[in-house]
Amino acid sequence: MREINPVLLKELRQRFRTPKTSWLLALYLLVIGAFVLGFMYLNWRHSPGIFQPSRSRELFMMLSVTQLVLLAFVTPGLTAGVISGERERQTLNILLTTRLTARQIVWSKLVSSSAFVVLLVVATLPLYSIVFLYGGVAPGQVLGVFGSHLVTMFLFGSIGVACSSFFKRTGVSTVTAYGLAFALSAGTGFLAVFLYQMDRFQHQEAWNPAAWSSGFIAGAVEFLQNINPVFVLMKILGQGGIDTGVSLGLPYWGIYTVFYLALGVLLLYWSARLLSPRKRG
Amino acid sequence: MIRFNGVSKHFGAVRALDVFSLEVREGLVYGLIGPNGAGKTTAMSILSTLLLPDAGTVTVDGLDVVREAGEVRGRIGYMPDFFGVYDGLRAAEYLEFFAAAYHIPPAERQRLAKMLLELVNLPDKADVYVDSLSRGMKQRLALARCLVHDPRVLILDEPASGLDPRARAEMKEIIRHLKHLSKTVLISSHILPELAEICDEVAIMDAGRLAACGTVAEITAVSRGARQMKVEVLDRAEELAGFLASRSGIAEPLVDGPAVKFFLNGERAEQAALLQEIIYAGWPVAEFGEVRRNLEEAFMAVTGEGGENIEGN
Repeated sequence: MREINPVLLKELRQRFRTPKTSWLLALYLLVIGAFVLGFMYLNWRHSPGIFQPSRSRELFMMLSVTQLVLLAFVTPGLTAGVISGERERQTLNILLTTRLTARQIVWSKLVSSSAFVVLLVVATLPLYSIVFLYGGVAPGQVLGVFGSHLVTMFLFGSIGVACSSFFKRTGVSTVTAYGLAFALSAGTGFLAVFLYQMDRFQHQEAWNPAAWSSGFIAGAVEFLQNINPVFVLMKILGQGGIDTGVSLGLPYWGIYTVFYLALGVLLLYWSARLLSPRKRG
Repeated sequence: MIRFNGVSKHFGAVRALDVFSLEVREGLVYGLIGPNGAGKTTAMSILSTLLLPDAGTVTVDGLDVVREAGEVRGRIGYMPDFFGVYDGLRAAEYLEFFAAAYHIPPAERQRLAKMLLELVNLPDKADVYVDSLSRGMKQRLALARCLVHDPRVLILDEPASGLDPRARAEMKEIIRHLKHLSKTVLISSHILPELAEICDEVAIMDAGRLAACGTVAEITAVSRGARQMKVEVLDRAEELAGFLASRSGIAEPLVDGPAVKFFLNGERAEQAALLQEIIYAGWPVAEFGEVRRNLEEAFMAVTGEGGENIEGN
């Protein structure tokens, strides 16, 4: 049987041994649980004995978006110190003189940090099931939401690891990772809406844009909304995004998955390169 | 076992190593000394596959540290000057983790950790969290960590740094024991008297270059190619100083009571010839020999802080 990566085993042992982990998990569930159960309670108070599937769907959407926001906060925070922390503790050089490769170190750091985030998501399943019980949401949508959360987590985690490898200090790495995660989660969405509105405004003013310009902007808007986690989440839940009429050759979730996984892999590859002796000094 | 061949390394405009060459034979405890910024840590980092040289080659057991870095890592144990702590790991777990990182089979790890903790006198600390150990214990644990894969070469960067005298003595004992296990140990330290006690040979680095190397006895006798000599005569010491000053290969003759101290360029044959000349010239010689300095004085002289320079005489 193939042995578990030693860095991964050590990280998991260290992470799950400390009481901080249990407290963080409890706090996370408390926030999400209070939100869901509070919303359901208010709904019940408003119309006792009746629970409409449409309200359940709204709740599911809010729960999914809240979960996404929390993941955007937790994931970069957990991964942005994994390499710089080793550097600050002066244990990185020791690790790099073992038979472990830089890729193994980077990958196991991401997996161990992500394992905790996955635990957070999995721990919220009972809450999802309560909402799911009241109808209004298809099983495929639930799977889609969890799938998109995992893909988002992978990229945000990779951003954290890359920042951690590039910056010497965890503080700088964390701030940068949050900035990049925010740019992806909110910046792409704002930019898509801005470009869309700008294009519409220009047409209303009877300005005569070159045909390629409009096509280019429409394509850019389509691409931006397809790499925005909130837009994608909304589309999974049946909410339409901005209708550009442009096809990029793949369904929205395909573009999202391919873009996020490819970018994540590139960032991890770059992180490993940064750790190798060729790039250090 | 270890060979630096014309190695250079720059960090921007700073020249950390400047055509540095050194050879360390197998089984030796070899000291690397030099002032801050001399290039010791850079040399050790290149040897440990953590840095790439700009020029030159470094080999360990015949393996190139750049082209065969993976193989080299299996042959070296590297201990940096600062012991990094992993929170929430026990001493035995710490060693087992590194054993896994060196691909030691799982079945052997527990036994290995136990054996290594005994070797470094920490048998009762297996279940103690690493971050709660004293600095001396951490250093010993770090040394045990270097040994998990039974490397042939140990690279110890300032292993006694920040330790109290008792911990330093324990560290020395362990290094002596490692020598008996036929390990080649390259060790850097600022605590020169201790290096002199445990090292078979010493190299002095200055400004990224090798300033001197040899056994401790040779290093303490020779500085910049010159040996400090002392000749004690029954009378006319001042005249002898003048006589010596007129000879080639001799520098800085100084009268010290009935004796004259000076630097001589040359080996035993030159010493014998000089003694013969002094006796033939009529001085009643009571004592003639090399002045044995300690390593610290030799270090100061070699690195230029002693103001000695006999070359060219």
